[in-house]
Amino acid sequence: MGLQALFFYIFAFVAVASAFMVISARNPVHSVLFLILTFFNAAGLFLLTGAEFLAMILLVVYVGAVAVLFLFVVMMLDVDFAELRAGVLDYAPVGALVGLVLVAELILVLAGNWVTPEAAGSGASPIPPLAERTNTAALGDILYTDYIYFFQIAGLVLLVAMIGAIVLTLKHRTDIKRQDISKQVARTPETGVKVVKVKPGQGI
Amino acid sequence: MEGFLTDYVWPGLIMVGQSLLLLVALLIFIAYILYADRKVWAAVQMRRGPNVVGPWGLFQSFADLLKFVFKEPVIPAGADKAVFLLAPLVSVTLALATWAVVPLSAGWVIADINVGILYIFAISSLEVYGIIMGGWASNSKYPFLGALRSAAQMVSYEVSIGFVIVAVLLGVGSLNLTDIVMAQSDGIGTRLGLPNTFLDWHWLSLFPLFIIFFISALAETNRPPFDLPEAESELVAGFMVEYGSTPYMMFMLGEYAAICLMCALTTILFLGGWLPPADIAVLNWIPGIFWFVLKASMVFFMFAMVKAFVPRYRYDQLMRLGWKVFLPLSLGMLVIVAFFLKLTGWAP
Repeated sequence: MGLQALFFYIFAFVAVASAFMVISARNPVHSVLFLILTFFNAAGLFLLTGAEFLAMILLVVYVGAVAVLFLFVVMMLDVDFAELRAGVLDYAPVGALVGLVLVAELILVLAGNWVTPEAAGSGASPIPPLAERTNTAALGDILYTDYIYFFQIAGLVLLVAMIGAIVLTLKHRTDIKRQDISKQVARTPETGVKVVKVKPGQGI
Repeated sequence: MEGFLTDYVWPGLIMVGQSLLLLVALLIFIAYILYADRKVWAAVQMRRGPNVVGPWGLFQSFADLLKFVFKEPVIPAGADKAVFLLAPLVSVTLALATWAVVPLSAGWVIADINVGILYIFAISSLEVYGIIMGGWASNSKYPFLGALRSAAQMVSYEVSIGFVIVAVLLGVGSLNLTDIVMAQSDGIGTRLGLPNTFLDWHWLSLFPLFIIFFISALAETNRPPFDLPEAESELVAGFMVEYGSTPYMMFMLGEYAAICLMCALTTILFLGGWLPPADIAVLNWIPGIFWFVLKASMVFFMFAMVKAFVPRYRYDQLMRLGWKVFLPLSLGMLVIVAFFLKLTGWAP
Protein backbone atom coordinates (compact mmCIF):
# COMPACT_ATOMS: atom_id res chain seq x y z
CA MET A 1 0.00 0.00 0.00
CA GLY A 2 2.84 2.34 0.84
CA LEU A 3 4.17 2.76 -2.66
CA GLN A 4 0.66 3.17 -4.05
CA ALA A 5 0.02 6.16 -1.82
CA LEU A 6 3.32 7.65 -2.90
CA PHE A 7 2.43 7.23 -6.56
CA PHE A 8 -1.01 8.69 -5.94
CA TYR A 9 0.53 11.89 -4.61
CA ILE A 10 3.00 12.06 -7.49
CA PHE A 11 0.33 11.60 -10.16
CA ALA A 12 -2.14 13.92 -8.46
CA PHE A 13 0.41 16.68 -7.90
CA VAL A 14 1.78 16.55 -11.45
CA ALA A 15 -1.75 16.42 -12.90
CA VAL A 16 -2.86 19.52 -11.00
CA ALA A 17 0.36 21.40 -11.65
CA SER A 18 0.35 20.68 -15.37
CA ALA A 19 -3.36 21.50 -15.62
CA PHE A 20 -2.48 24.89 -14.15
CA MET A 21 0.36 25.25 -16.66
CA VAL A 22 -2.07 24.56 -19.53
CA ILE A 23 -3.83 27.84 -18.89
CA SER A 24 -0.80 29.82 -17.81
CA ALA A 25 1.83 28.82 -20.40
CA ARG A 26 2.62 31.61 -22.84
CA ASN A 27 3.29 29.38 -25.82
CA PRO A 28 0.20 27.53 -27.17
CA VAL A 29 2.31 24.51 -28.12
CA HIS A 30 3.60 24.29 -24.54
CA SER A 31 -0.01 24.46 -23.38
CA VAL A 32 -0.92 21.43 -25.47
CA LEU A 33 2.13 19.55 -24.24
CA PHE A 34 1.12 20.25 -20.64
CA LEU A 35 -2.40 19.11 -21.49
CA ILE A 36 -0.93 15.82 -22.68
CA LEU A 37 0.99 15.51 -19.42
CA THR A 38 -2.29 16.06 -17.54
CA PHE A 39 -3.99 13.29 -19.51
CA PHE A 40 -1.07 11.01 -18.83
CA ASN A 41 -1.24 11.55 -15.09
CA ALA A 42 -5.01 11.13 -15.12
CA ALA A 43 -4.40 7.73 -16.71
CA GLY A 44 -2.00 6.97 -13.86
CA LEU A 45 -4.72 7.85 -11.33
CA PHE A 46 -7.17 5.56 -13.15
CA LEU A 47 -4.61 2.76 -12.87
CA LEU A 48 -4.31 3.26 -9.12
CA THR A 49 -8.08 2.94 -8.67
CA GLY A 50 -7.97 -0.39 -10.55
CA ALA A 51 -9.60 0.90 -13.74
CA GLU A 52 -6.76 -0.38 -15.91
CA PHE A 53 -8.81 -0.67 -19.11
CA LEU A 54 -10.04 2.93 -18.87
CA ALA A 55 -6.50 4.12 -18.19
CA MET A 56 -5.14 2.49 -21.32
CA ILE A 57 -8.05 3.65 -23.48
CA LEU A 58 -7.53 7.18 -22.19
CA LEU A 59 -3.93 6.96 -23.37
CA VAL A 60 -4.73 5.39 -26.74
CA VAL A 61 -7.65 7.64 -27.65
CA TYR A 62 -6.95 10.98 -26.04
CA VAL A 63 -3.20 11.12 -25.84
CA GLY A 64 -2.34 8.96 -28.83
CA ALA A 65 -4.87 10.31 -31.31
CA VAL A 66 -6.91 13.34 -30.26
CA ALA A 67 -4.05 15.29 -28.71
CA VAL A 68 -1.85 14.60 -31.75
CA LEU A 69 -4.42 16.27 -34.01
CA PHE A 70 -4.76 19.04 -31.47
CA LEU A 71 -1.02 19.59 -31.47
CA PHE A 72 -1.04 19.61 -35.26
CA VAL A 73 -3.65 22.33 -35.42
CA VAL A 74 -1.90 24.48 -32.85
CA MET A 75 1.45 24.10 -34.61
CA MET A 76 0.06 24.85 -38.05
CA LEU A 77 -2.18 27.78 -37.15
CA ASP A 78 -0.32 30.90 -36.31
CA VAL A 79 -2.25 31.81 -33.19
CA ASP A 80 -1.52 35.34 -32.05
CA PHE A 81 -1.73 35.03 -28.31
CA ALA A 82 -1.22 38.70 -27.56
CA GLU A 83 -4.47 39.37 -29.41
CA LEU A 84 -6.26 36.60 -27.55
CA ARG A 85 -5.01 37.84 -24.22
CA ALA A 86 -6.22 41.39 -24.89
CA GLY A 87 -9.86 40.46 -24.33
CA VAL A 88 -9.27 38.31 -21.28
CA LEU A 89 -10.99 40.68 -18.85
CA ASP A 90 -14.11 40.89 -21.01
CA TYR A 91 -14.49 37.13 -21.01
CA ALA A 92 -13.60 36.64 -17.35
CA PRO A 93 -17.16 36.93 -15.94
CA VAL A 94 -18.59 34.43 -18.46
CA GLY A 95 -15.70 32.06 -17.78
CA ALA A 96 -16.20 32.34 -14.05
CA LEU A 97 -19.92 31.61 -14.50
CA VAL A 98 -19.21 28.46 -16.54
CA GLY A 99 -16.67 27.35 -13.93
CA LEU A 100 -19.19 27.93 -11.14
CA VAL A 101 -21.86 25.86 -12.91
CA LEU A 102 -19.34 23.05 -13.44
CA VAL A 103 -18.30 23.08 -9.79
CA ALA A 104 -21.95 23.02 -8.67
CA GLU A 105 -22.67 20.06 -10.95
CA LEU A 106 -19.62 18.18 -9.72
CA ILE A 107 -20.70 18.70 -6.11
CA LEU A 108 -24.21 17.49 -6.95
CA VAL A 109 -22.86 14.36 -8.63
CA LEU A 110 -20.51 13.57 -5.77
CA ALA A 111 -23.15 14.30 -3.14
CA GLY A 112 -25.85 12.46 -5.08
CA ASN A 113 -26.84 10.36 -2.11
CA TRP A 114 -27.57 13.42 -0.09
CA VAL A 115 -29.63 15.20 -2.77
CA THR A 116 -31.75 12.21 -3.83
CA PRO A 117 -31.36 9.33 -1.40
CA GLU A 118 -33.63 7.06 -3.47
CA ALA A 119 -31.30 7.29 -6.49
CA ALA A 120 -28.45 5.67 -4.62
CA GLY A 121 -29.76 2.16 -5.25
CA SER A 122 -30.07 2.61 -9.01
CA GLY A 123 -26.33 2.71 -9.64
CA ALA A 124 -25.52 0.53 -12.66
CA SER A 125 -24.41 -3.10 -12.48
CA PRO A 126 -22.76 -4.14 -9.23
CA ILE A 127 -19.00 -4.05 -9.45
CA PRO A 128 -17.50 -7.54 -9.16
CA PRO A 129 -14.24 -7.86 -7.24
CA LEU A 130 -11.13 -7.56 -9.42
CA ALA A 131 -9.94 -11.08 -8.67
CA GLU A 132 -13.13 -12.61 -10.14
CA ARG A 133 -13.56 -10.55 -13.27
CA THR A 134 -11.17 -8.20 -15.04
CA ASN A 135 -12.70 -4.82 -15.73
CA THR A 136 -12.14 -5.30 -19.47
CA ALA A 137 -14.60 -8.20 -19.40
CA ALA A 138 -16.98 -6.33 -17.10
CA LEU A 139 -17.02 -3.28 -19.39
CA GLY A 140 -17.51 -5.52 -22.40
CA ASP A 141 -20.54 -7.11 -20.79
CA ILE A 142 -22.11 -3.75 -20.05
CA LEU A 143 -21.42 -2.23 -23.47
CA TYR A 144 -22.03 -5.16 -25.79
CA THR A 145 -24.59 -7.22 -23.89
CA ASP A 146 -26.63 -5.11 -21.49
CA TYR A 147 -26.76 -1.89 -23.50
CA ILE A 148 -26.08 -3.09 -27.03
CA TYR A 149 -28.83 -0.95 -28.63
CA PHE A 150 -27.57 2.27 -27.07
CA PHE A 151 -24.09 1.35 -28.19
CA GLN A 152 -25.28 0.74 -31.75
CA ILE A 153 -27.17 4.05 -31.78
CA ALA A 154 -24.07 5.88 -30.57
CA GLY A 155 -22.12 4.21 -33.36
CA LEU A 156 -24.70 5.34 -35.92
CA VAL A 157 -24.56 8.92 -34.68
CA LEU A 158 -20.78 8.89 -35.05
CA LEU A 159 -21.08 7.38 -38.53
CA VAL A 160 -23.45 10.14 -39.60
CA ALA A 161 -21.07 12.73 -38.20
CA MET A 162 -18.18 11.17 -40.07
CA ILE A 163 -20.06 11.05 -43.37
CA GLY A 164 -21.15 14.65 -42.82
CA ALA A 165 -17.56 15.77 -42.31
CA ILE A 166 -16.46 13.94 -45.45
CA VAL A 167 -19.31 15.36 -47.55
CA LEU A 168 -18.59 18.89 -46.34
CA THR A 169 -14.89 18.74 -47.19
CA LEU A 170 -14.96 16.55 -50.32
CA LYS A 171 -14.16 18.51 -53.43
CA HIS A 172 -13.51 16.62 -56.59
CA ARG A 173 -10.90 18.67 -58.35
CA THR A 174 -10.50 18.05 -62.04
CA ASP A 175 -7.51 20.32 -62.56
CA ILE A 176 -4.96 18.13 -60.80
CA LYS A 177 -3.25 14.99 -62.06
CA ARG A 178 -4.16 11.81 -60.21
CA GLN A 179 -2.47 8.46 -60.17
CA ASP A 180 -4.66 5.62 -61.46
CA ILE A 181 -2.78 2.45 -60.63
CA SER A 182 -4.93 0.07 -62.70
CA LYS A 183 -4.43 2.34 -65.70
CA GLN A 184 -0.68 2.33 -65.21
CA VAL A 185 -0.52 -1.43 -64.81
CA ALA A 186 -2.66 -1.98 -67.92
CA ARG A 187 -0.30 0.02 -70.12
CA THR A 188 1.49 -1.98 -72.83
CA PRO A 189 4.29 -0.93 -75.18
CA GLU A 190 1.68 -0.56 -77.92
CA THR A 191 -0.37 2.02 -76.03
CA GLY A 192 2.52 3.65 -74.21
CA VAL A 193 5.18 4.13 -76.87
CA LYS A 194 4.88 5.70 -80.30
CA VAL A 195 7.62 5.14 -82.81
CA VAL A 196 8.06 8.11 -85.10
CA LYS A 197 10.33 8.55 -88.05
CA VAL A 198 12.05 11.87 -87.72
CA LYS A 199 13.57 13.54 -90.75
CA PRO A 200 16.94 15.09 -90.01
CA GLY A 201 16.87 18.80 -89.40
CA GLN A 202 13.06 19.01 -89.09
CA GLY A 203 12.05 17.56 -85.75
CA ILE A 204 8.53 16.41 -85.04
CA MET B 1 10.64 2.24 10.86
CA GLU B 2 9.88 -1.44 10.35
CA GLY B 3 6.81 -0.54 8.26
CA PHE B 4 8.77 1.95 6.23
CA LEU B 5 11.26 -0.72 5.20
CA THR B 6 8.67 -3.31 4.18
CA ASP B 7 6.27 -0.80 2.62
CA TYR B 8 8.58 1.46 0.69
CA VAL B 9 12.19 0.35 0.54
CA TRP B 10 11.99 -3.34 -0.38
CA PRO B 11 9.22 -3.12 -3.02
CA GLY B 12 10.93 -0.07 -4.48
CA LEU B 13 14.37 -1.71 -4.53
CA ILE B 14 13.02 -4.88 -6.13
CA MET B 15 11.27 -2.88 -8.86
CA VAL B 16 14.34 -0.77 -9.55
CA GLY B 17 16.62 -3.83 -9.56
CA GLN B 18 14.47 -5.79 -12.00
CA SER B 19 14.08 -2.80 -14.29
CA LEU B 20 17.83 -2.12 -14.28
CA LEU B 21 18.61 -5.72 -15.11
CA LEU B 22 16.18 -5.73 -18.05
CA LEU B 23 17.44 -2.32 -19.18
CA VAL B 24 21.09 -3.38 -19.27
CA ALA B 25 20.27 -6.63 -21.08
CA LEU B 26 18.10 -4.73 -23.55
CA LEU B 27 20.75 -2.07 -24.24
CA ILE B 28 23.41 -4.70 -24.92
CA PHE B 29 20.97 -6.52 -27.18
CA ILE B 30 20.23 -3.28 -29.03
CA ALA B 31 23.96 -2.66 -29.52
CA TYR B 32 24.26 -6.01 -31.31
CA ILE B 33 20.98 -5.56 -33.18
CA LEU B 34 22.44 -2.35 -34.62
CA TYR B 35 25.59 -4.21 -35.59
CA ALA B 36 23.55 -7.03 -37.14
CA ASP B 37 21.48 -4.51 -39.07
CA ARG B 38 24.58 -2.98 -40.62
CA LYS B 39 26.18 -6.37 -41.32
CA VAL B 40 23.07 -7.68 -43.09
CA TRP B 41 22.77 -4.51 -45.10
CA ALA B 42 26.44 -4.74 -46.04
CA ALA B 43 26.19 -8.41 -47.00
CA VAL B 44 23.28 -7.72 -49.35
CA GLN B 45 25.29 -4.98 -51.05
CA MET B 46 28.45 -7.17 -51.08
CA ARG B 47 30.35 -4.93 -48.68
CA ARG B 48 32.08 -5.95 -45.47
CA GLY B 49 30.24 -3.68 -43.06
CA PRO B 50 31.78 -2.66 -39.73
CA ASN B 51 34.90 -4.79 -39.22
CA VAL B 52 37.52 -2.61 -37.53
CA VAL B 53 36.65 -2.20 -33.82
CA GLY B 54 37.17 -5.50 -32.01
CA PRO B 55 37.11 -8.96 -33.61
CA TRP B 56 34.82 -8.86 -36.71
CA GLY B 57 33.86 -5.35 -35.67
CA LEU B 58 31.86 -6.66 -32.71
CA PHE B 59 32.51 -3.56 -30.58
CA GLN B 60 31.49 -1.08 -33.29
CA SER B 61 28.26 -0.03 -31.51
CA PHE B 62 30.14 0.74 -28.29
CA ALA B 63 32.68 2.82 -30.20
CA ASP B 64 29.77 4.73 -31.78
CA LEU B 65 28.28 5.26 -28.33
CA LEU B 66 31.51 6.81 -27.04
CA LYS B 67 31.76 8.98 -30.15
CA PHE B 68 28.23 10.34 -29.67
CA VAL B 69 28.66 10.94 -25.96
CA PHE B 70 31.94 12.86 -26.26
CA LYS B 71 30.73 15.12 -29.06
CA GLU B 72 29.51 18.60 -28.28
CA PRO B 73 25.72 18.89 -28.36
CA VAL B 74 24.72 21.80 -30.58
CA ILE B 75 21.41 23.54 -29.95
CA PRO B 76 20.21 25.82 -32.77
CA ALA B 77 19.78 29.47 -31.80
CA GLY B 78 16.12 29.60 -32.86
CA ALA B 79 15.18 26.36 -31.15
CA ASP B 80 12.83 26.01 -28.22
CA LYS B 81 15.53 24.77 -25.89
CA ALA B 82 13.47 22.84 -23.33
CA VAL B 83 11.28 21.04 -25.86
CA PHE B 84 14.29 20.45 -28.11
CA LEU B 85 16.10 18.53 -25.37
CA LEU B 86 12.94 16.89 -24.05
CA ALA B 87 12.04 15.32 -27.42
CA PRO B 88 14.79 12.65 -27.58
CA LEU B 89 14.28 11.91 -23.88
CA VAL B 90 10.56 11.35 -24.44
CA SER B 91 11.17 9.07 -27.39
CA VAL B 92 13.79 6.92 -25.64
CA THR B 93 11.92 6.72 -22.31
CA LEU B 94 8.67 5.62 -23.93
CA ALA B 95 10.39 3.09 -26.15
CA LEU B 96 12.11 1.51 -23.15
CA ALA B 97 9.03 1.77 -20.88
CA THR B 98 7.02 -0.60 -23.08
CA TRP B 99 9.43 -3.41 -22.22
CA ALA B 100 8.08 -3.56 -18.67
CA VAL B 101 5.20 -5.83 -19.69
CA VAL B 102 6.97 -8.02 -22.27
CA PRO B 103 7.25 -11.62 -21.02
CA LEU B 104 10.63 -13.01 -22.08
CA SER B 105 9.85 -16.50 -20.83
CA ALA B 106 7.23 -18.14 -18.61
CA GLY B 107 6.98 -15.77 -15.64
CA TRP B 108 9.93 -13.60 -16.74
CA VAL B 109 8.11 -10.31 -16.79
CA ILE B 110 8.42 -7.20 -14.62
CA ALA B 111 4.75 -6.20 -14.65
CA ASP B 112 2.33 -9.03 -15.49
CA ILE B 113 -0.70 -6.76 -15.95
CA ASN B 114 -4.13 -7.75 -17.25
CA VAL B 115 -4.11 -5.23 -20.08
CA GLY B 116 -0.51 -5.83 -21.21
CA ILE B 117 -1.15 -5.61 -24.94
CA LEU B 118 -3.18 -2.41 -24.50
CA TYR B 119 -0.35 -0.93 -22.45
CA ILE B 120 2.11 -1.61 -25.26
CA PHE B 121 -0.33 -0.20 -27.79
CA ALA B 122 -0.92 2.91 -25.67
CA ILE B 123 2.73 3.66 -24.98
CA SER B 124 3.84 3.05 -28.55
CA SER B 125 1.10 5.39 -29.74
CA LEU B 126 2.77 8.06 -27.59
CA GLU B 127 6.12 7.65 -29.32
CA VAL B 128 4.95 10.00 -32.03
CA TYR B 129 5.32 12.87 -29.55
CA GLY B 130 9.10 12.52 -29.48
CA ILE B 131 9.13 13.07 -33.22
CA ILE B 132 6.60 15.91 -33.33
CA MET B 133 8.29 17.73 -30.46
CA GLY B 134 11.72 17.31 -32.05
CA GLY B 135 10.50 18.51 -35.42
CA TRP B 136 8.68 21.51 -34.03
CA ALA B 137 11.30 22.59 -31.49
CA SER B 138 14.07 22.62 -34.11
CA ASN B 139 12.31 25.63 -35.62
CA SER B 140 13.42 24.75 -39.11
CA LYS B 141 11.67 23.67 -42.31
CA TYR B 142 12.90 20.15 -42.97
CA PRO B 143 12.49 18.83 -39.43
CA PHE B 144 8.96 20.21 -39.29
CA LEU B 145 7.97 18.60 -42.59
CA GLY B 146 9.52 15.34 -41.42
CA ALA B 147 7.62 15.51 -38.14
CA LEU B 148 4.29 16.16 -39.87
CA ARG B 149 4.81 13.24 -42.22
CA SER B 150 5.80 10.94 -39.45
CA ALA B 151 2.87 11.84 -37.23
CA ALA B 152 0.41 11.17 -40.05
CA GLN B 153 2.16 7.89 -40.85
CA MET B 154 2.23 6.58 -37.31
CA VAL B 155 -1.40 7.50 -36.62
CA SER B 156 -2.49 5.82 -39.87
CA TYR B 157 -0.75 2.50 -39.33
CA GLU B 158 -1.73 2.28 -35.69
CA VAL B 159 -5.31 1.74 -36.87
CA SER B 160 -4.54 -1.43 -38.80
CA ILE B 161 -2.19 -2.67 -36.06
CA GLY B 162 -5.06 -2.18 -33.61
CA PHE B 163 -7.45 -4.28 -35.71
CA VAL B 164 -4.86 -7.04 -36.13
CA ILE B 165 -4.35 -7.14 -32.37
CA VAL B 166 -8.11 -7.28 -31.77
CA ALA B 167 -8.44 -10.21 -34.20
CA VAL B 168 -5.69 -12.07 -32.32
CA LEU B 169 -7.34 -11.30 -28.99
CA LEU B 170 -10.66 -12.73 -30.20
CA GLY B 171 -9.11 -16.15 -30.32
CA VAL B 172 -7.22 -15.72 -27.06
CA GLY B 173 -9.83 -14.14 -24.82
CA SER B 174 -7.36 -12.18 -22.72
CA LEU B 175 -5.31 -8.99 -22.97
CA ASN B 176 -2.50 -10.46 -20.92
CA LEU B 177 0.65 -11.18 -22.96
CA THR B 178 1.46 -14.38 -21.07
CA ASP B 179 -2.05 -15.68 -21.80
CA ILE B 180 -1.63 -14.82 -25.47
CA VAL B 181 1.52 -16.94 -25.65
CA MET B 182 0.01 -19.83 -23.67
CA ALA B 183 -3.09 -19.82 -25.91
CA GLN B 184 -0.82 -20.76 -28.81
CA SER B 185 0.12 -24.09 -27.26
CA ASP B 186 -3.10 -25.36 -28.79
CA GLY B 187 -4.37 -24.39 -32.23
CA ILE B 188 -4.85 -25.61 -35.79
CA GLY B 189 -2.35 -28.46 -35.43
CA THR B 190 -3.86 -29.96 -32.29
CA ARG B 191 -7.38 -29.59 -33.70
CA LEU B 192 -6.29 -31.75 -36.64
CA GLY B 193 -4.93 -34.36 -34.25
CA LEU B 194 -1.25 -33.51 -34.64
CA PRO B 195 1.01 -33.15 -31.59
CA ASN B 196 1.95 -29.71 -30.24
CA THR B 197 4.17 -28.05 -32.82
CA PHE B 198 4.85 -24.69 -34.39
CA LEU B 199 1.76 -25.27 -36.56
CA ASP B 200 -0.38 -24.28 -33.57
CA TRP B 201 0.93 -20.77 -33.43
CA HIS B 202 -1.12 -17.90 -34.76
CA TRP B 203 1.08 -17.24 -37.78
CA LEU B 204 -0.61 -20.10 -39.62
CA SER B 205 -4.20 -19.64 -38.49
CA LEU B 206 -4.05 -15.86 -38.98
CA PHE B 207 -1.57 -15.76 -41.85
CA PRO B 208 -2.96 -12.66 -43.68
CA LEU B 209 -2.97 -10.75 -40.40
CA PHE B 210 0.61 -11.83 -39.74
CA ILE B 211 1.67 -10.23 -43.03
CA ILE B 212 -0.36 -7.07 -42.37
CA PHE B 213 1.10 -6.80 -38.89
CA PHE B 214 4.66 -7.22 -40.12
CA ILE B 215 4.30 -4.51 -42.78
CA SER B 216 2.46 -2.17 -40.40
CA ALA B 217 5.21 -2.71 -37.85
CA LEU B 218 7.73 -1.54 -40.45
CA ALA B 219 5.65 1.59 -41.04
CA GLU B 220 5.01 2.19 -37.36
CA THR B 221 8.72 2.12 -36.50
CA ASN B 222 9.65 4.27 -39.52
CA ARG B 223 11.81 1.52 -40.98
CA PRO B 224 12.57 1.38 -44.69
CA PRO B 225 10.70 1.15 -47.06
CA PHE B 226 8.53 3.50 -45.00
CA ASP B 227 11.26 5.74 -43.56
CA LEU B 228 9.64 8.86 -44.97
CA PRO B 229 10.18 10.93 -41.83
CA GLU B 230 13.90 10.70 -42.51
CA ALA B 231 13.88 10.45 -46.32
CA GLU B 232 17.42 11.75 -46.69
CA SER B 233 17.02 12.36 -50.42
CA GLU B 234 14.25 14.92 -49.94
CA LEU B 235 14.20 15.98 -46.28
CA VAL B 236 17.95 15.68 -45.44
CA ALA B 237 17.26 13.63 -42.29
CA GLY B 238 13.70 14.59 -41.41
CA PHE B 239 13.00 15.49 -37.82
CA MET B 240 16.60 14.72 -36.79
CA VAL B 241 18.28 17.34 -39.00
CA GLU B 242 19.21 19.67 -36.16
CA TYR B 243 20.20 16.95 -33.72
CA GLY B 244 23.74 15.78 -33.04
CA SER B 245 25.77 13.95 -30.42
CA THR B 246 23.90 12.56 -27.37
CA PRO B 247 20.38 13.76 -28.27
CA TYR B 248 20.75 12.20 -31.71
CA MET B 249 21.96 8.98 -30.12
CA MET B 250 18.88 8.94 -27.92
CA PHE B 251 16.60 9.21 -30.95
CA MET B 252 18.46 6.30 -32.54
CA LEU B 253 18.25 4.29 -29.34
CA GLY B 254 14.52 4.96 -29.05
CA GLU B 255 14.01 3.93 -32.67
CA TYR B 256 15.88 0.66 -32.24
CA ALA B 257 14.19 -0.09 -28.91
CA ALA B 258 10.86 0.36 -30.69
CA ILE B 259 12.01 -1.93 -33.49
CA CYS B 260 13.08 -4.60 -30.99
CA LEU B 261 9.72 -4.23 -29.27
CA MET B 262 7.88 -4.77 -32.55
CA CYS B 263 9.99 -7.90 -33.16
CA ALA B 264 9.15 -9.15 -29.67
CA LEU B 265 5.48 -8.33 -30.17
CA THR B 266 5.38 -10.22 -33.49
CA THR B 267 6.95 -13.15 -31.67
CA ILE B 268 4.41 -13.01 -28.85
CA LEU B 269 1.33 -12.50 -31.02
CA PHE B 270 2.12 -14.83 -33.93
CA LEU B 271 5.19 -16.95 -33.32
CA GLY B 272 4.36 -18.52 -30.00
CA GLY B 273 6.59 -16.44 -27.72
CA TRP B 274 8.92 -18.70 -25.74
CA LEU B 275 7.23 -21.96 -26.77
CA PRO B 276 9.63 -24.46 -28.39
CA PRO B 277 8.92 -25.35 -32.05
CA ALA B 278 7.75 -28.82 -31.03
CA ASP B 279 6.64 -30.23 -27.70
CA ILE B 280 9.36 -32.88 -27.35
CA ALA B 281 11.67 -33.40 -24.39
CA VAL B 282 14.95 -32.27 -25.99
CA LEU B 283 13.51 -28.95 -27.11
CA ASN B 284 11.69 -28.44 -23.83
CA TRP B 285 14.99 -28.64 -21.90
CA ILE B 286 16.24 -25.49 -23.60
CA PRO B 287 15.09 -22.49 -21.55
CA GLY B 288 12.24 -20.43 -23.05
CA ILE B 289 14.28 -17.24 -23.22
CA PHE B 290 16.45 -18.89 -25.89
CA TRP B 291 13.48 -19.57 -28.17
CA PHE B 292 12.11 -16.09 -27.55
CA VAL B 293 15.36 -14.34 -28.47
CA LEU B 294 15.87 -16.65 -31.44
CA LYS B 295 12.41 -15.92 -32.85
CA ALA B 296 12.66 -12.18 -32.22
CA SER B 297 16.08 -12.14 -33.91
CA MET B 298 14.65 -13.93 -36.92
CA VAL B 299 11.91 -11.32 -37.20
CA PHE B 300 14.59 -8.65 -36.96
CA PHE B 301 16.52 -10.38 -39.73
CA MET B 302 13.43 -9.92 -41.90
CA PHE B 303 13.32 -6.24 -40.91
CA ALA B 304 16.96 -5.87 -41.94
CA MET B 305 16.47 -7.69 -45.24
CA VAL B 306 13.49 -5.51 -46.13
CA LYS B 307 15.63 -2.46 -45.48
CA ALA B 308 18.27 -3.75 -47.86
CA PHE B 309 15.91 -4.90 -50.64
CA VAL B 310 12.91 -2.63 -50.95
CA PRO B 311 12.99 0.90 -52.39
CA ARG B 312 11.31 3.68 -50.41
CA TYR B 313 7.60 4.33 -50.86
CA ARG B 314 6.24 7.62 -52.06
CA TYR B 315 4.19 9.46 -49.45
CA ASP B 316 0.80 9.17 -51.18
CA GLN B 317 1.44 5.46 -51.84
CA LEU B 318 2.17 4.98 -48.17
CA MET B 319 -1.08 6.64 -47.16
CA ARG B 320 -3.01 4.70 -49.80
CA LEU B 321 -1.58 1.42 -48.52
CA GLY B 322 -2.46 2.26 -44.94
CA TRP B 323 -5.99 3.55 -45.35
CA LYS B 324 -7.29 1.94 -48.54
CA VAL B 325 -5.63 -1.47 -48.40
CA PHE B 326 -4.67 -2.45 -44.87
CA LEU B 327 -7.58 -0.89 -43.02
CA PRO B 328 -10.35 -2.65 -45.04
CA LEU B 329 -8.32 -5.87 -45.15
CA SER B 330 -7.72 -6.02 -41.41
CA LEU B 331 -11.31 -4.97 -40.65
CA GLY B 332 -12.63 -7.66 -43.00
CA MET B 333 -10.36 -10.27 -41.45
CA LEU B 334 -11.59 -9.24 -38.01
CA VAL B 335 -15.20 -9.89 -39.06
CA ILE B 336 -14.26 -13.23 -40.67
CA VAL B 337 -12.34 -14.36 -37.59
CA ALA B 338 -15.23 -13.38 -35.31
CA PHE B 339 -17.77 -15.29 -37.44
CA PHE B 340 -15.48 -18.30 -37.69
CA LEU B 341 -14.93 -18.48 -33.94
CA LYS B 342 -18.65 -18.09 -33.26
CA LEU B 343 -19.74 -20.71 -35.79
CA THR B 344 -17.17 -23.31 -34.80
CA GLY B 345 -17.69 -22.62 -31.13
CA TRP B 346 -13.93 -22.21 -30.59
CA ALA B 347 -14.32 -18.78 -29.06
CA PRO B 348 -12.93 -18.78 -25.51
